[in-house]
Amino acid sequence: MNDLLTSPINFSVILPVVSLALAGFVVLGVGIFMPKPKRTLLFGISLVGILISSYYTVQLWDQNGSAFGGLVVADNFALTFNLIFLLGAGLCVLMSMNSHERGYLLYTEFFAVLLFATVGMLLMAGSTHLLIMFLGLETLSISLYILAGLKRTEALSLESAFKYFLLGAFSSGFLLYGIAFIYGANGSFDLQKIAVNVASVPLSDNLYMILGGVLIVVGLGFKIAIAPFHMWAPDVYQGAPTPVTAFMATGSKAAGFAALLRVVFSATDGAVPDWTIILWVLAVLTMSVGNLAALGQTNIKRMLAYSSVAHAGYTLVGIVAWNELGASSVIFYLLSYTFMNIGAFAIISMLSTEDGELLEFNDFKGLANHRPLVAVMMALFMFSLAGLPPTAGFVGKFYLFTAAVKAGHIPLVVIAVINSMISLYYYLSVVVVMFMKKSDSDIKGAVFLPTVSLTLALAMLGTLGLGGWPTHFMQQFQDFVGRIM
Amino acid sequence: MMNFPILTLITFLPLAGACAIFFIKNDKPKELKITALMTTLATFLVSLPVYVLFEPESTMQFMETRSWIPALGVQFKLGLDGISLFMVLLTTFLTPLVVLSSWNSITKNLKGYLISMLMLETGILGVFVSLDLFLFYVFWEVMLIPMCFLIGIWGGERRIYAAVKFFIYTMVGSLLMLVAILVMYFYHGGQTGNYTFDILALQQINIPLGFQTWLFLAFGLSFAIKVPIFPFHTWLPDAHVEAPTGGSVILAGVLLKMGTYGFLRFCLPFFPDAVSQFTPWIFTLGVIGIIYGALVAMVQPDLKKLVAYSSVSHLGFVMLGIFALNTEGLQGGLLQMVNHGLSTGALFLIVGMLYERRHTRLIADFGGLAKKVPVLTAFFMIVTLSSIGLPGLNGFIGEFLILLGTFMTSKAYAVVAATGIILAAVYMLTMFQRVMFGKLDKEENQQMLDLSKREITVLVPILIFIVFIGVYPNVFLKKMEPTVNELIHSVRQKQAQTLMMDEKSLARK
Repeated sequence: MNDLLTSPINFSVILPVVSLALAGFVVLGVGIFMPKPKRTLLFGISLVGILISSYYTVQLWDQNGSAFGGLVVADNFALTFNLIFLLGAGLCVLMSMNSHERGYLLYTEFFAVLLFATVGMLLMAGSTHLLIMFLGLETLSISLYILAGLKRTEALSLESAFKYFLLGAFSSGFLLYGIAFIYGANGSFDLQKIAVNVASVPLSDNLYMILGGVLIVVGLGFKIAIAPFHMWAPDVYQGAPTPVTAFMATGSKAAGFAALLRVVFSATDGAVPDWTIILWVLAVLTMSVGNLAALGQTNIKRMLAYSSVAHAGYTLVGIVAWNELGASSVIFYLLSYTFMNIGAFAIISMLSTEDGELLEFNDFKGLANHRPLVAVMMALFMFSLAGLPPTAGFVGKFYLFTAAVKAGHIPLVVIAVINSMISLYYYLSVVVVMFMKKSDSDIKGAVFLPTVSLTLALAMLGTLGLGGWPTHFMQQFQDFVGRIM
Repeated sequence: MMNFPILTLITFLPLAGACAIFFIKNDKPKELKITALMTTLATFLVSLPVYVLFEPESTMQFMETRSWIPALGVQFKLGLDGISLFMVLLTTFLTPLVVLSSWNSITKNLKGYLISMLMLETGILGVFVSLDLFLFYVFWEVMLIPMCFLIGIWGGERRIYAAVKFFIYTMVGSLLMLVAILVMYFYHGGQTGNYTFDILALQQINIPLGFQTWLFLAFGLSFAIKVPIFPFHTWLPDAHVEAPTGGSVILAGVLLKMGTYGFLRFCLPFFPDAVSQFTPWIFTLGVIGIIYGALVAMVQPDLKKLVAYSSVSHLGFVMLGIFALNTEGLQGGLLQMVNHGLSTGALFLIVGMLYERRHTRLIADFGGLAKKVPVLTAFFMIVTLSSIGLPGLNGFIGEFLILLGTFMTSKAYAVVAATGIILAAVYMLTMFQRVMFGKLDKEENQQMLDLSKREITVLVPILIFIVFIGVYPNVFLKKMEPTVNELIHSVRQKQAQTLMMDEKSLARK
C-alpha cells in the first residue's frame, strides 16, 4: 500500500477510461435535465466519447504507462484490447440507431450503461491487480444485467436479465473466492508478485494457489461462456435487445479473455502443464457442447449464442497452445469475431420491424430475392463464422490451429477441426434458407439507414480485410504478447 | 515478357468480370451475358500464350512470388508445370462454352448465376496454379461456395439436399487436410529451420514412414472425395442430377480433376513411401469404381445420372494411371483427365440441350430422335464414341495408355479394368440407341427442333479437340512428358532411398 501513496499518479494512463466514463455521465445528465432528449444527441455524445477514448488509447501506444503504483497499466496488450472493446461498443451504438430498436430502447439509459460497461472492460484489460480486475468485471456485469433487461415490456427480456443476474452474481462469488485463495497463498493481489511467488513454490505444494486458480477460471469462464458455465448464454442472448446481445457476445467475451490471458500468462509462470490440462478439457468441452447444441436451433439468436460458446472453445485452443503465437492468435481471433459477429447481429437488427423481429431461420426465406445485398452480406458473415477463406474467421482459426500444432497439440486440433465441420451445417443452413428457399411474403425491414450501413460496411471491411491482409496486425500482437509472457 | 504476371492475370480476370457484372442492372440480361462471355473468352485468350510459351521442361514456369504473410512463411506463389498447364487450359476453354450454353436456360437471377460462375472459375484456376499450400487451401475452399450456390439456387427438384451434401462432403475432407498441412509445415520447419508453405520446398524433405501414412490419409481423403473414388462417390450423382447444365459441365469437366490433380501434385511427391504402401488399395478401389460405376450406369433411367455414374467409372481409370507410376500410366491419366473434361462436358451439354427441348431427362421419354434432329444426333454420336474410347478419338488414347501403364505394374488389375471399357460400350451405346433410334412414337418429340447456331458454336470447339487429341495426341503428350518423367523419377528415387535404409537397418539387426 505504501507505493500507492508515494508513487506519482500518472493520470494520463487512465484517460481512456475517464473520458468514456465522463461521456456516460454527460449522457445521464442530458437525460435528467432535458425531459425528452433527442436520441441523435445522445448518440452523438456517446460516439464522441468512444472516439475520444480511442484517441487517448492510441496516444498511449508503446509508452507502457502504469498508474496508481502499478494497479492499472496501459501496455500495448491492454491498449489493443481497449481498441477491440471500443470498436465493439462503437459498432453497437451505431447499430442501436436502427429504426426498429427505437420502439423500446430507452436511449438515455442504453447509451449511458453501455459506456459504463465499456469502462469496466477497459479496467479488466488494464489491470495487473486482481482487485482492479474484479472491479472492472463487476462494473461490466452490473451494466450488462441492466442492458439485458432494457426491453421492459417483454417478458423474455426481463427473464434474460434476471437469469443473467442470478448466475452472474453466483459466478462473481466464485471469482472473489478464488481471489481470496490466491491472496492467501501468495500474500499479494499483484500479478507480478504472484508470478514471482509461483515460480519459487512448486504448484503441487501450493493447494490454495490451485484452488484459487480454478475458481478464477470458473468466474471468468462464466463471462466468456465456457462450457459448463455457458447455460445462461442462449436465454440471455435471445431475450436481450439485439444490439445488447451483439455487445455481450463480442465485448464481454473479449474482456473475459483479456483477464484470463493476463492471469494465465503473467501469474502462472512455470506452471504450464498443470494449467493446460484443465484448459484442454475445457476447450474440448466448450467447442463440442456449443456446436452440438447449435445444430438443433431454429432461432437465429439462440444459434448464434451456442455458436459463441463454440467460438470461445476455439479461442481457448490458442491459450492451451501456451506460446506467443497462441496468445496473439487469441487477440486476432477476438478482433475478427467482433467484426463478423456484430455484422451478423446488425443484419438481424436491421431486418426487424415494429411487427417483431425475424428470428426463426424460416423468417429468412427468400431474403436473397428481396434484399440480395443483405443476403450476400449475411452469407459473408456466416461463412466467416464457419471459418471459410478468404475471411477473417478463416485466418483467425488458421492462426489458432497453427499455434496449437506448433505446441504439439495435434489431437486437440483434430477435435477442433471436427467441430468446425459440425458448425458448417448450421451456418450453411442460414445461407440455404436465404438463397435457396422461396418466401411466401415480402420482407419488410432491411432499410439501409446511414448508421446501419456504416456498421455493416465496417464489419465487412474488417471481415474481409483481416482475412486478406492479416500480417500487419499479427506482427503487432506478437510483438507485445512476447513482453507479457 | 516472362516477368509479366500472366498467371495472376488469368486467375483474377474472371473475378474482375464478376465485379463488373455486379454493377450492371438486373434488367439488362443481354449486357450481363455478354460481359460474362467476353470475360471468359478474354481469360481463354490470355491463357493461350501460356501454352505457346510453355517450354517442354520439367521445371515450374511463369513463376510469380510475392510475400503475403511473412511471419508464417506464407507466400503468394504461382507457377505452372506440365501437369497444371492442361488443367488451366481445360478450365479456361470450358468456361466460355458453359456461359454460352446457359444463354437461354437461366432465367432466374441471371446476374447471380454469372457472378457465381466467374468466381468459380477464379477459384478453380487458383487451385491449379498455386505453389503455396496455404494459398492452395484458400482457393480450394473458396471455390466450394459458388459451386454450392450453383447447385442450390439454379438446380432441380432436390437441389438443396444435393448442395448441402456436396458442400459438407467436400469440407469434411478438406478440413482434415488443413491439419495435415499444418503438421507438414511444422515438420518441414523443424527439420530445415525454414518455416514455409512453399510446395516446392516441402517436396524436398523425407518424412518418416509412419508419419507419411497419416498425412497421406488426411490429404488423400480430401482428394478421394473430390475425384470421387468409390466409396466416397455418393455425393456425385446427387450433385450432378440437381445441378443446372452449366454447373454439371464445370463439375464433371474441371472440379473432379482437382481431386486427381491433388494426388499428382501432393500425394505422390510428398509421401512416396505411403504411396507404395497404398497403391494396392487405390488400385482395388479404382477398379471397383470402374466396374461399379459402369454397372450402375447401365441401369439408370435418367440420362444425367447415367453420365454421372460413367464419370465414376472414368475417373477410376485416371486413378489407376496415376498410381501405376510409370510414364505411360501417368501421361495416360493426365490426358484422360483432359479427355473426360471434354467428353463428359459435351455429354452434359447435350443432355442439357435435350432437357431444354423436352423438360425431361428420362431415356424412356425419348426415342427415334435421329429423324427429327440429325445434327444433334451426329454430335451426340461422336461424343458418345469418344466417351467409349473409339480409336481415332481422344478417349481411346487416354484409356489405352492407362491400361498399358497399369499392365506393366500389375497385370491382374489391368485385365479387370479393361472390362470396364466393354461395359462402357454397353451402357453408352444402349442409351444412345434408345434415345436416338427406334420409333419416334412420342407425340411430344414430333416437334423437336434441331440445334441452333449458338448450340453448334458451343459444341464444335469441343469436337475439334476430341478428334485432334485422338489423331495427334503428341502435341499434348510432349508438353507433359518432362514433368511426368521428373515426377516419377523423384518419387522412385525417394522410395529407393527408404528401401535402402530399411535394408541397412535390417542388416544391422
